[in-house]
Amino acid sequence: MYRLRLYVAGQSPRSLAALENLRRLCDTHLPGRCRIEVVDLLEHPDRARRDQIIAIPTLVRQSPPPLRRLVGDLSDFERVLAGLELQPVRGER
Amino acid sequence: MIARTQIRSRTRSLPKSLTGVRGLDEVTAGGLPKGRTTLLVGGAGSGKTLLATEFLARGAAELGEPGVLLSFDESFAELAANAASIGLDLRALRARGLLATDFAEIERSEAGESGSYDLGGLFIRLDQAINAVGAKRVVIDGVDTLFAGFASPATLRTELRRLFRWLKAKGVTSVVTAERATNGLTRHGIEEYVSDCVIVLDHRVVSQTATRRLRVVKYRGSRHGTNEYPFLISDDGISVLPITSLGLPRHASTQHISTGVPGLDALLEAGGFYRGSSIVVTGTAGTGKSTIAARFADAACRRGERCLYVGFEEAESEIIRNLHSVGLRLDAWKARRKLRILTAPATSWGIERHLAEIDRQVQEFEPQVVVLDPISSLVSVGDPADVRALLARLVDVMKHRQTTVLCTDLAPGGTRDDATGLLLSSLADVWIVLRNTPFSHDRGRELCILKARGMAHATGVHELRLGRRGVEIRKRGNGSARPARA
Repeated sequence: MYRLRLYVAGQSPRSLAALENLRRLCDTHLPGRCRIEVVDLLEHPDRARRDQIIAIPTLVRQSPPPLRRLVGDLSDFERVLAGLELQPVRGER
Repeated sequence: MIARTQIRSRTRSLPKSLTGVRGLDEVTAGGLPKGRTTLLVGGAGSGKTLLATEFLARGAAELGEPGVLLSFDESFAELAANAASIGLDLRALRARGLLATDFAEIERSEAGESGSYDLGGLFIRLDQAINAVGAKRVVIDGVDTLFAGFASPATLRTELRRLFRWLKAKGVTSVVTAERATNGLTRHGIEEYVSDCVIVLDHRVVSQTATRRLRVVKYRGSRHGTNEYPFLISDDGISVLPITSLGLPRHASTQHISTGVPGLDALLEAGGFYRGSSIVVTGTAGTGKSTIAARFADAACRRGERCLYVGFEEAESEIIRNLHSVGLRLDAWKARRKLRILTAPATSWGIERHLAEIDRQVQEFEPQVVVLDPISSLVSVGDPADVRALLARLVDVMKHRQTTVLCTDLAPGGTRDDATGLLLSSLADVWIVLRNTPFSHDRGRELCILKARGMAHATGVHELRLGRRGVEIRKRGNGSARPARA
């Protein structure tokens, strides 16, 4: 099971795109193996400093360790899978 | 007759924020552009982080302007330790709610990219920090580190432009530091986005002495010194040494003070030197320069004034002993806190250190009279142009404070070459030359006043006698013994 956390800024187009892309990616490539948590930095601004977020959107693989980060609207699935070292379901790639 | 010089600001300049950094406000004619961003560029170890930190700390502690320190390169612990080395207590400022800090750690190795992004997280963090302390100042240290952390320079450029606009909209006065590039100013052309003020720091070794320089390369809508200014990092902060004057208003005194030698007073129309003027006493070895200087110092102490005696060659004990032999008890004045002796080894200090040390003593002790003995030994310290600038600056500062400064000058062959002569001439309001008498069998001495600005003076050569009783001056030759308009 992958625990993924997505940092966004409210309802900005890029934030919405990232969330939609992430859901689609999980459904397609990692069905049943993803738990997504969304942190809206406009609502919780102090989390930006605490969690060392500079770019928005930022996706962090919380577990399994080690922590992996990736920035962007997640439009390129290949890069997300490679960047976060997520193993897609066999044959789905 | 009172001569007053008033210099009005010629241009209506932008509002400025005092930095509180010694000398920097003078160089920038009042500080950094208020509510705008200043780019501070320098190589590794150039002191840019310290300068930016001091700008914040002085603002928070002394100028009622809390600050935010956002760093990309160093943790708060590292920054605080470095700041402590120049006497700034960042922890205390933070504890008092005058400083908010944030370390934005960037490690590219852990970050991949997929699709477009912005630096919204950074804006949110800055906004939080600014609001937390009601910041009026912001420092972003090592902004170019961002380019190592993110793969898209185009995105970063857009975001930096947005960041500077945002800071301006926030109304904070900010300083952004970036690494100096070998070609151009910064590697990523950050100077293109900062249009208001750009300052470059430089650290290099000249004749085995490390010198730091500061230059304001751009300051929109403001006059500023364009020279390179030496600066010093010492245990009580940074001192920028504004070696050329920016036209400070100066009051020319008509009050005179005794030279300490009645016979010399009598040769000057005013009955002595004008207060706040500069005097150079030139002569070969053993002509009595130091004695004249010490008489002058002694007279000041007798009037109840304070005198700073700067010796560039001899140790304090030597100075006191030598002058004791001509009947002067400088140690007694020292004990009564009328006299302070600063021994500044000419050759082992760089010119910046000399200037900073004398500046510091002048500020602390507030002397009415300063003696520099002998300034000729400074010539060996560095580049002649630098030495000239140093002396000009010293004299300027003294005049501004209405401090009278007397410099002795050892002329190796009895005369000065043109360059040095010109230098001294421009420095000196009064120029006195001493020499040994070539004809006298008992090694007599002579004195001649070459110039005395703003007053008539006796011309011609006078006999000079030094003894325990004092200094005697008698007429000799064809010149007039009494002051007369030349």
